[in-house]
Formats: sequence, structure tokens, C-alpha cells
Amino acid sequence: MKTNQMQLIFDARSVNECFARVAVAAFLTDLNPTLDELADIKTAVSEAVTNAIIHGYQSKENKVRLYCTVWDNNVEIIVEDDGVGIADVKKAMEPFYTTKPELERSGMGFAFMDAFMDELEVTSKPGVGTKVVMRKRIGAQD
Amino acid sequence: MQTKYEVQEPNLIVWVPQELDHHHADILRGEVELLLHIHRIRNLIFDFSETEFMDSSGIGVLIGRSRNLGYQNGIVYARNLNQHVEKIFKASGLDKIIYIISEETKQ
Repeated sequence: MKTNQMQLIFDARSVNECFARVAVAAFLTDLNPTLDELADIKTAVSEAVTNAIIHGYQSKENKVRLYCTVWDNNVEIIVEDDGVGIADVKKAMEPFYTTKPELERSGMGFAFMDAFMDELEVTSKPGVGTKVVMRKRIGAQD
Repeated sequence: MQTKYEVQEPNLIVWVPQELDHHHADILRGEVELLLHIHRIRNLIFDFSETEFMDSSGIGVLIGRSRNLGYQNGIVYARNLNQHVEKIFKASGLDKIIYIISEETKQ
């Protein structure tokens, strides 16, 4: 099993949300994903990175780490921050639940990651940070 | 103003940017709010013909405008959704809150 991996470390700024999802999409070109699969993965990456910036770091500048590994037709994406963390991960993952309604957050971030990827694991520790692991198999629709 | 728009009171058409994520959602929200303050608008139409990407941040902007305009008996519409944007609308239930105008041909 041959793996291919890339890592990105970038500032927690909203302008980098686009950079992160486009970089992942470019990295996955070799797997020949469909446009649909690519859109799903880009959305999931965007949600995870946006969460790290808005919630993890509360829009204070810091670093977001993104790891992307591919093997065979599988993609694993990890998004990590050293932010405030989540006390109740289960609650945070409920659709429409948001701690920032004043910013018009829809509360659909985790729901989208879950819907658009095959697997989603979230681990978090208050005061330490949050780690989101997402996996998807490319070509599963054929 | 970064946002492309057209005002014909009581109608406001806003062209949603190519990428509607958290970054662009904040810009769009501020500019649309400004337009809603300056003009008497009853119908706000978001045109997605130039939009290739949207995530959950975009949902917040649309629901927020729908709520605010709803207080003044206004209505928010969306048109020209591509396949990806339509999927986001359906997955979030946004298609039940925002009126989707479908007579125009999709790209």
C-alpha cells in the first residue's frame, strides 16, 4: 500500500479557507475524482477550517494544520487547531447547533462534514484544541 | 462595493460571488445590509449564476437576510443554482426557507 501525503500549516485567517480547500483539491487530482466528489471534499475541508478559525481561535491569529493522505482510492484529511476546544463534542455536532448565532453561523458545519465524507471523527479538549479526521473513498459511486 | 447588484425598487438583485465561504459571506452580508438600508426593498433576489462554491457560511447569510426582510414583509429568492449549490440548499433545508426561482435555464 503506497501512500502519498502533504501537510499545510497556515494562518487562521478567513482568506486562507479558499487556499486550503483548493490545495486539497489540487493534491487529489491524481485520484481522478468526479466533480461531485471534489465539491463534497472541498466543502468538508472548508467547514473544518472555518470552524478552527471562528470557533477554535475565536478569530485570533494562530496556525491551522492540515494533513492530507491518500492511498489506493482513499483520502484522509486531518484539520487540527490549538484553540479553545469543545467541551461537548456530541452537542456541537448536532445540526443547527451553534455557539455563535450572532455571527449568523448556521450550525451546519459538522453536519456537512458528516454528510459529504464517509467517515468523521472529532476529538477535542477544552483549552488544548480540536482535531477533525475525515475519510472518503473516491470512485465509490461507480 | 465588491458585490455586483441591480436595484429597481422594490427589487434588489445581488450576484453571489464565485466562492461563497465564510470570508466572502462576511463581505456579502455587510454590502447587502447596506443596500437594504439605502433602498426600499421587498424582493431580494440572490443570483447564483457565477457561484461555483458554497459552504454552510453562505446558509447563514441567506437565512439572516430572509429573517430581516421577513420583518418588513419582504421575500428572499434564489436563482440559477448549479448542482453543488443546489445540494447545499437541499442538505440544509434552505430550499424550504428561500424561494427558488427555477424558470431560468441552469448552467
